[in-house]
Amino acid sequence: MTNDNGLSYLLPGILIVLPLVPALLLAVVRGQAMRSAVVWTGALAVAAGSVWLAAGHLSGPPLALAFDLPWLDRAVAGAGLLVSLYMLFACRGIVKREWWIPVLIVAQTVVMVLVEVAGPRAERPIVIDQLSLVMALIIGIVGGLICIYALTYMEDYHRHHPEVSDRKPLFFFLLFAFLSAMFGIVFSNHLGWMHCCWEVTTLCSFLLIGYSRTEEARRNAFRAMGFNAVGGLSFGVAIWWQLHNGRAIELDSMAAMGSAALVPAVLIGFAGLTKSAQLPFSSWLLGAMVAPTPVSALLHSSTMVKAGVFAVLKFAPVFHGHTAGYLIALVGGATFLATSLAAISMSNAKLVLAYSTIANLGLVVACAGVGSPEAVWAGMMLIIFHAISKGLLFLAVGAVEHRTGSRDIEDMEGLLATRRALGIVMIVGIIGMFLAPFGMLVAKWTCLKAFVEVNPLLAILLAYGSAPTLFFWTKWLGKVISVPGAARPAVGPLSANEWAAVGTLAVLTVCACVLFPLVSDYAVAPYLARQYAGAMVAPAGVGIMALMLGLLVLAIMAFIFYPPRGQVSARYLAGANMGAAGNTFRGPLGEVTPASRNYYLMGFFPEGKIILGGSLASIALMIVALAAVLR
Amino acid sequence: MTGLVGAVAFVVLAPVVGGLIAGLDRILSARLQARVGPPVLQPFWDVLKLLSKRRALVTVFQEYYAGCFLLFAIVAGAIFFGGGDLLLTVFSLALAGVFLVLGAYAPNSPYSTIGAERELLQMMAYEPMLLIAALGCFMATGSFHVDAIYAHPTALVGRLPGVFLGLLFVLTIKLRKSPFDLSASHHAHQELVRGLTTEFSGPTLALVEVGHWYETVLLLGLVYLFLAALGPWVALAGVVVVYALEVLADNIFARLTWRVTVASAWTVAAILGATNLLAVHYLKQ
Amino acid sequence: MGIMSKSPWILHYDGSSCNGCDIEVLACLTPLYDVERFGIVNTGNPKHADILLITGAVNEQNKEVVTNLYAQMPDPKVVVALGTCATSGGIFRECYNVQGGIDTTIPVDVYVPGCAVRPEAIIEGVVKALGVLELRAAGKAQTHTPTGKVKA
Ligand code: SF4
Repeated sequence: MTNDNGLSYLLPGILIVLPLVPALLLAVVRGQAMRSAVVWTGALAVAAGSVWLAAGHLSGPPLALAFDLPWLDRAVAGAGLLVSLYMLFACRGIVKREWWIPVLIVAQTVVMVLVEVAGPRAERPIVIDQLSLVMALIIGIVGGLICIYALTYMEDYHRHHPEVSDRKPLFFFLLFAFLSAMFGIVFSNHLGWMHCCWEVTTLCSFLLIGYSRTEEARRNAFRAMGFNAVGGLSFGVAIWWQLHNGRAIELDSMAAMGSAALVPAVLIGFAGLTKSAQLPFSSWLLGAMVAPTPVSALLHSSTMVKAGVFAVLKFAPVFHGHTAGYLIALVGGATFLATSLAAISMSNAKLVLAYSTIANLGLVVACAGVGSPEAVWAGMMLIIFHAISKGLLFLAVGAVEHRTGSRDIEDMEGLLATRRALGIVMIVGIIGMFLAPFGMLVAKWTCLKAFVEVNPLLAILLAYGSAPTLFFWTKWLGKVISVPGAARPAVGPLSANEWAAVGTLAVLTVCACVLFPLVSDYAVAPYLARQYAGAMVAPAGVGIMALMLGLLVLAIMAFIFYPPRGQVSARYLAGANMGAAGNTFRGPLGEVTPASRNYYLMGFFPEGKIILGGSLASIALMIVALAAVLR
Repeated sequence: MTGLVGAVAFVVLAPVVGGLIAGLDRILSARLQARVGPPVLQPFWDVLKLLSKRRALVTVFQEYYAGCFLLFAIVAGAIFFGGGDLLLTVFSLALAGVFLVLGAYAPNSPYSTIGAERELLQMMAYEPMLLIAALGCFMATGSFHVDAIYAHPTALVGRLPGVFLGLLFVLTIKLRKSPFDLSASHHAHQELVRGLTTEFSGPTLALVEVGHWYETVLLLGLVYLFLAALGPWVALAGVVVVYALEVLADNIFARLTWRVTVASAWTVAAILGATNLLAVHYLKQ
Repeated sequence: MGIMSKSPWILHYDGSSCNGCDIEVLACLTPLYDVERFGIVNTGNPKHADILLITGAVNEQNKEVVTNLYAQMPDPKVVVALGTCATSGGIFRECYNVQGGIDTTIPVDVYVPGCAVRPEAIIEGVVKALGVLELRAAGKAQTHTPTGKVKA
């Protein structure tokens, strides 16, 4: 389990440092042309680096880098402390009722110091296995695309929001710094290092959410920081616990320890729950919507929340077969159900996306908590599919919003007709999220199978949670595909930067859906074989899925080449149609344009009550889980 | 091989059986209303007539969605009768349903949009119970594969009585029978005009009708699966009784609201279905 | 007998009738007459219908409605004017807002007089209309554009 040659030895390190170069450049560069050049080069380099690393190490044993550089240890720890101190410094902007945030940060800093005093050492500070590589690909490719997309978006953003002071250098610096920290999280085997990067992502998200400096943005940024500080504290305590008991703080050896590592696993699991915005911590991610769209896309698809589920998934072998693990899985299940229900009443597209993100992460958490090989297979597939399609959807919604001035789903009526390419892209994203035979559903299917083998309870939660998913996605899809009822304002074309990101993500979504057996064979299965001593999970029903996909493609082809002919008829309006096209009708006060809104059923599915119920259930489950491991 | 035979048999025979069931359904309904009713072949005449009419659509995309509805209703049934994965059957059925709903959304007509929304509510209402039924089959037999479930020596209804009853409940929604025929009803005109199918016409409507026949046969096959081990005659008799009860319910109930539909279907799925699964799980231990 | 006449689906529209004829149309669906025996279904939707049954005269308010409903029925289709009002305007003919019988607005294929029109007559009218429908489906009878003009 050692390195082979020099370059692959360095590559992970390079990948962590690499995004910092464009980051620092972007902090000083002014002018759109220069910024474009740096962002494009940086994004391409990061993507290429992650692809190169993955190509070299996806097959074969994990790449473990054994070195002992005390100065590096100290530098990382110092950086972590600096981040904490900066967060504390930023707390001068809090309001009275946010007193708990600095308290948490102080507590977290104290724990960090305690850890440092105990002298954390790891023989193999960096280990790269297939899970980290999958994550690295997501961070490198999806994250890079989002940075490119941000180029045009931020220009428009400042044109639309003259009141927001232009701090684009900081913004782009943070985007790339975020990527760097994410690489750090997924490559670190040294828990101390991972914790440090963890804190950096918290800080980056805090600054990005508060970018516009409005009162709302500031409050939401502090909420994000506060909730993530809970996780940071929990993470720190986990490291301290290990050191205190004289145990290893290397991720790979802990994951192999089984139930002996249950206490730190649950603590880091909690940290993962906060970072991935599981109930009761979900509100920080919803609040993060005030930030410009590229930030939401970044937080939801490739960074931040994915770090949370990554941490939980890493400990899946520890959770496997343990009550505490199952309880964490139930937190995920409860979150999935509650947030899926809450999404029904949302007409703001970004909020629908946010709730659906939390729901899908809940599913990943559930998979990790169950921890069986099938469940982990499903969890990893969910991460991949979700990162790509959710990134796509956020960027598409952002593009629509900047052109129509609305992110309301009702205003997307007729998008397919008025802006065909954008409409198709959005449809690809939506069906990738919930329909057979596409991506997410393959994973959900395996989830159901994995869950029911353990205990039907989780599978039942999944059954109930899937139904609202079907509802809110389909009604959104229905709006996009319908013939526009009233004349809609013309929508301008997308810029090259936007198309580069949106188009690539759309292609990636389709590829991931079609090629998921390959993804499974080359990335997911080898990881499982190692983690679970030879367990092989082959994606079942590939043949039938392929058949369904083929039929769908054939149907589309048939439709394109043999379009049905016939008389065009105005829609039925009780015979009172008016106008040449018959699209309006004669009402009591003259001509009326019919408008139909989707059902949001707010009275039946009250968001507040659902989230409250889910949160209470989650809190109870967490307390019981903690009690179960400490007993 | 037997799987392929089953799948092909379904594709070929289901429209015949489904059309006959629809015809018998109409006769039985008429008799319950002291009428004579149409000939048993009437549904076939209807579809043939629709096929010979000209298309009149608001958008040609409707044709595509209706075609995909039919296609995936067939796929769902072919998976089921081919002995394939039960979960995949349910997913494929949901896919078919989504296409039908999209077909109703596409024209952006007030009536068909409300039909589409209500159809989605119905789908949301029955989906948990269908999945729970599939999970129950797995827990009782150890397999999600229909052929393995079918070959199981003891009748599923014995292990899963709650799930079976819950399934019958959602069957009413799925077959669009009163009191749950919110989105489109077989009966005379109503407040939503024809709801979901308002804007479908001619050959496009024929595709939808045939899709419903396929769906009906598939759903009754699911009922049969729960009784299969009792022998073909008993099981078949059971299916007939179940369908007759559905027609009876259709004729004696007034329509309920969507609130009651969703709430009752989810409650039934929880009380009868989920409880049954948990009981099976804990009694096994 | 062709397929068209085996499955006649009906759209019933009430122009400005006194409701007398409408009651009779509904009576046809009751157990006594049970027109579903012949596959007749009252669809209430022009897009599904083959036969347009109209009772009452056309007036200023509803002439567009009649035209629209007729236009929205997919070909082939037939129109039956039920009752004296529908055939000629009947006792409402001289009203200030009444335009006259249905044929002042859309082409009518079968006229069924009567005040009110009897169910037996309605059924006979529909049977006559089915004959026209068959001819039209076979291309042997005049067809009309959606706006009621004769097609070449
Ligand atoms: S024909 Fe006689 S019964 Fe019929 S609508 Fe006219 S007045 Fe009324």
